[in-house]
Amino acid sequence: MHEKKVTWGRALIEIAILVALFTLVQYFITTGLLNRYYQINLTVMCINIILAVSLNIINGFTGQLSLGHAGFMAIGAYASVIMTTMLDQPFIIGILAACVIAALAGFIIGVPTLRLKGDYLAIATLAFGEIIRVVLQNIDYVGGPAGIVGIPKLTTWPLLFGATIITIVVIVNIINSSYGRAIISVREDEIAAELMGVNTTKYKVLGFVVGALFAGLAGAMYAHYFYIIKPETFNFLKSFDILVIVVLGGLGSTTGAVIAAVFITLLNAFLQKYAAVRMILYALTLIIVMIYRPQGLMGNKELSRKTFSRIWSGKNGPVRNK
Amino acid sequence: MLQVKDIEVYYGAIHALKKLSIEVEQGTIVTLIGANGAGKTTTLKTISGLLRSKSGSITFNNTDITKVAPEKIVDMGISQVPEGRRVFPTMTVLENLEMGAYLRKDKKAIDDDMDNIFTRFPRLKERRKQLAGTLSGGEQQMLAIGRALMARPQLMLMDEPSMGLAPLLVKEIFEIVKDINAKGTTILLVEQNAKMALSIAHKAYVIETGEIVLEGNAADLMKSDEVKKAYLGG
Repeated sequence: MHEKKVTWGRALIEIAILVALFTLVQYFITTGLLNRYYQINLTVMCINIILAVSLNIINGFTGQLSLGHAGFMAIGAYASVIMTTMLDQPFIIGILAACVIAALAGFIIGVPTLRLKGDYLAIATLAFGEIIRVVLQNIDYVGGPAGIVGIPKLTTWPLLFGATIITIVVIVNIINSSYGRAIISVREDEIAAELMGVNTTKYKVLGFVVGALFAGLAGAMYAHYFYIIKPETFNFLKSFDILVIVVLGGLGSTTGAVIAAVFITLLNAFLQKYAAVRMILYALTLIIVMIYRPQGLMGNKELSRKTFSRIWSGKNGPVRNK
Repeated sequence: MLQVKDIEVYYGAIHALKKLSIEVEQGTIVTLIGANGAGKTTTLKTISGLLRSKSGSITFNNTDITKVAPEKIVDMGISQVPEGRRVFPTMTVLENLEMGAYLRKDKKAIDDDMDNIFTRFPRLKERRKQLAGTLSGGEQQMLAIGRALMARPQLMLMDEPSMGLAPLLVKEIFEIVKDINAKGTTILLVEQNAKMALSIAHKAYVIETGEIVLEGNAADLMKSDEVKKAYLGG
């Protein structure tokens, strides 16, 4: 496998940029420069990033079309809220429970359904998401269709920022490891991967479980910011919203997923002013992007220092990063 | 080295292989020839564990591998050049070759093998940073062969390496197969191009609708009237 020389200097620069970004936003929040409206959008943005990056490992890297991501998010949201409000546990326990239970659900759903391919898998995962929603609607313990109200606001900017960065770092590292190579080989050609000695089922399930785990994390963050969760929030349209971000960013590009998540959140926020034509403009933007960039904003490429140095040195053409 | 005994494979209700038996001796090239849909690919897929036989047995180096998972079979020393090459299109040539050595941990030896493959296929060396999907058919076939070699197989299963290639390239590929065998790898070759296959093989089997109808020395089969009429164009 490729050796990736991560020098300390480079890592330090990256950490410094992150710390600066974090402090800057934190400063804006404490001084009130970033009002409540912007804070909400910032939160939505971070949650969208977590959701998109985690769905991308399933749809983009493993190549399994999953339409049930909101289901895992719902599991994470409910699991964490049960922990914090009903069982009086600290938020961190709630977050951990969200991740573990969502990952477990990913495993339980993944093992039987990942035998299916393409559209069949898409239908199975779509059904899974709907089942979760309907089941939640019918459990009185969690409020049925009305959901749970009065959830303490525990999602703070440092926590959210940390969760987003951890999601990206973990998933990027998986993709760059030999696990990642195996996962991508499954997407490229499942039979060939099997003939190379890759246990394809294992890696498909792995991709699914990791994706589900971080969707659960996003659910926990969401629930503890917006006071209220109800099953309807996590319907299949939510799954499609996430899928749109991933496709827009480019299947198989983590930077693409991040950029698209930021773009879509900003677009949505901007279009709030034009409530009447909002959905038309939203759809129109997506159509235009898909016509001119059918492979998504980033294709399956990544944006990295290497990309910038290439642009800097004036060398164009396809960029591949390892 | 490899004994396939009375295997029966079904695709749903379709009986694809009917009590099929073949044997591959160490150090030889054995070819399995036959028409489209006769069961050639099915036989290879069953050996490599992608398909399961209902009865019968497959033995490799005196170990029963009938029910062994595909990745374990690769680890035991059987690798495959699949039909239609099946390179990983958005991985580079280098990455494809690395995938071939996926189960190996002996980094030093992997590097040596990589060098050997680049010596054998200079084209691949030139294009090692290029995406495999952008290679020509012949180059992809070389890559598929190189990738299978990266597993350091004792037995290599080759599924129609001549498919879709220009006659000159076909010749080149067969020379390569011969050479790989001369360097010690046993080969089970499945081919529609019977003439070429028989000319390099030691032993041959003729398969028709899931059954072996003829077997013997490749040189003898080449002369047999039946084979001439059915597969060599008179």
